[in-house]
Amino acid sequence: MNNAKGIVFKYGDNVDTDVIIPARYLNSSDPAELATHCMEDIDKEFVNKVKKGDIIVAEKNFGCGSSREHAPIAIKAAGVSCVIAETFARIFYRNAINIGLPIIECPEASKGIDAGDEVEIDFNTGVITNVTKGTTFKGQAFPEFMQKIIAAEGLINYINSNQ
Amino acid sequence: MGMTMTQKILAAAAGLEKVEAGQLIEAKLDLVLGNDITSPVAIKEMEKMKVDGVFDKDKIALVPDHFVPNKDIKSAEHCKCVREFARRNEITNYFEVGEMGIEHALLPEKGLTVAGDVIIGADSHTCTYGALGAFSTGVGSTDMAAGMATGKAWFKVPSAIRFNLVGKPSEWVSGKDVILHIIGMIGVDGALYKSMEFVGEGIANLTMDDRFTIANMAIEAGGKNGIFPVDELAESYMKEHSTRSYTVYEADEDAVYDEEYTIDLSTLRPTIAFPHLPENTHTIDEINAMEDIVIDQVVIGSCTNGRLDDLRIAAKVLAGKHIKKGMRCIVIPATQAIYMQAMEEGLIKTFIEAGAVVSTPTCGPCLGGYMGILAEGERCVSTTNRNFVGRMGHVNSEIYLASPAVAAASAITGKISSPA
Repeated sequence: MNNAKGIVFKYGDNVDTDVIIPARYLNSSDPAELATHCMEDIDKEFVNKVKKGDIIVAEKNFGCGSSREHAPIAIKAAGVSCVIAETFARIFYRNAINIGLPIIECPEASKGIDAGDEVEIDFNTGVITNVTKGTTFKGQAFPEFMQKIIAAEGLINYINSNQ
Repeated sequence: MGMTMTQKILAAAAGLEKVEAGQLIEAKLDLVLGNDITSPVAIKEMEKMKVDGVFDKDKIALVPDHFVPNKDIKSAEHCKCVREFARRNEITNYFEVGEMGIEHALLPEKGLTVAGDVIIGADSHTCTYGALGAFSTGVGSTDMAAGMATGKAWFKVPSAIRFNLVGKPSEWVSGKDVILHIIGMIGVDGALYKSMEFVGEGIANLTMDDRFTIANMAIEAGGKNGIFPVDELAESYMKEHSTRSYTVYEADEDAVYDEEYTIDLSTLRPTIAFPHLPENTHTIDEINAMEDIVIDQVVIGSCTNGRLDDLRIAAKVLAGKHIKKGMRCIVIPATQAIYMQAMEEGLIKTFIEAGAVVSTPTCGPCLGGYMGILAEGERCVSTTNRNFVGRMGHVNSEIYLASPAVAAASAITGKISSPA
């Protein structure tokens, strides 16, 4: 896990976990099945358009609401390589790291990136490059242990590999 | 520099003299909670871990409450997974249909949450137990799995916002109005990553059920936890419900807060959050000056407002009246004990005579699971906690969050109405 590159899906403030994965689908916990409904109540076209490696960029308080880990699981299983936002809701932040979905808080990037831009992220340095617009932003680099959690595809695998 | 109430509890649980905001700590857990949505994911994760069973079979609570009695085959499979895990690990506090209730009403009632506890739950409204002076916060399924296996969790020590409550709320103003007022004031991310610490002489004028409602919705302001000081009322609640010993922590006098607000409860009015965020609040007076907001359904229940006080207020409004023809009014007592007490007090009779339906405890409609899903274009006044897009059903339906008093009054008229 050193970098990500993909096309951006852009959303606004307070994208909540109910629109990321509506509760009517929470009778399943299968990542592939959840992925088929990812972002359904905010962007019906998302699942048809998203390609492996694509990136979600949003504004304030991304992932607010329910503690459902199904939300980052659905995003990750849909192929998204990273979520960038101005701020994240705290339970979503923990959950994303714990399941190995890279997320970065970077208000400048959130403002300077539009839907459809091609963006590249270097997780070692935290540098976010908007390839389309030729601009760069400095996000927070992941500490080594978080990089390892993400590389291990989640906290549990990481704990196991350390035993 | 002193510590906040939350910081003192976390320091003790981490075995440290002192902690400060931003510090990463590992704390011992007094209770780990999960439900039928989040536990199956946690159980699957835990099975991947190289551990023998759970850290303490008495300190885990498994409460299938979201989609039970099972709403469909997939939900039944999830519940089966939780039930079998509970059996295999001899979990003391597994609550089957018949004894279960909505988790955040059930656990304090069963005496499982007391002052000074550190509690994590794979449900965002786990912050409810702050009403009793516990540190409790919502987490995801992986944290729940790690908590069940090790009895520990890591936390970043939060800073805090202090809410100084003064005065006495007027008739028809309850805990729901207090917390909706606060969320309206600071916004849905106004307390992001922070503790919401409630203090002040006004707390004496709030019932335990009011306090549970207020702490419950701390997450709707982005808060990590909401917490109340432990007064005589809280102590008598714990003595009545629990055999566990508890520890009372108080904030240091020189504790530092990021922000402080004083709220005069006597000035608050019934407050309603409009779609699609809990921060979109309006008072009943503002609504009275608007065009009628015609509704299709009322829900009275949930971990926010399904307690006895809530049912009593709703019944007081509905007594001798009838809900408007064509309206649906769904009442959901949060636990079996609340249901039973409501029966004994004649509240259930009042609801049925008024034309409402009364359901077994379930989270069902609050999260758009079942038992009251909205069709396209429909509007609901609900005593629940979230009014996000599609939360209760169709993506083009609307939820207005309100107190039980406003919800009941609105059921009678078919539009958002004052109970006064």
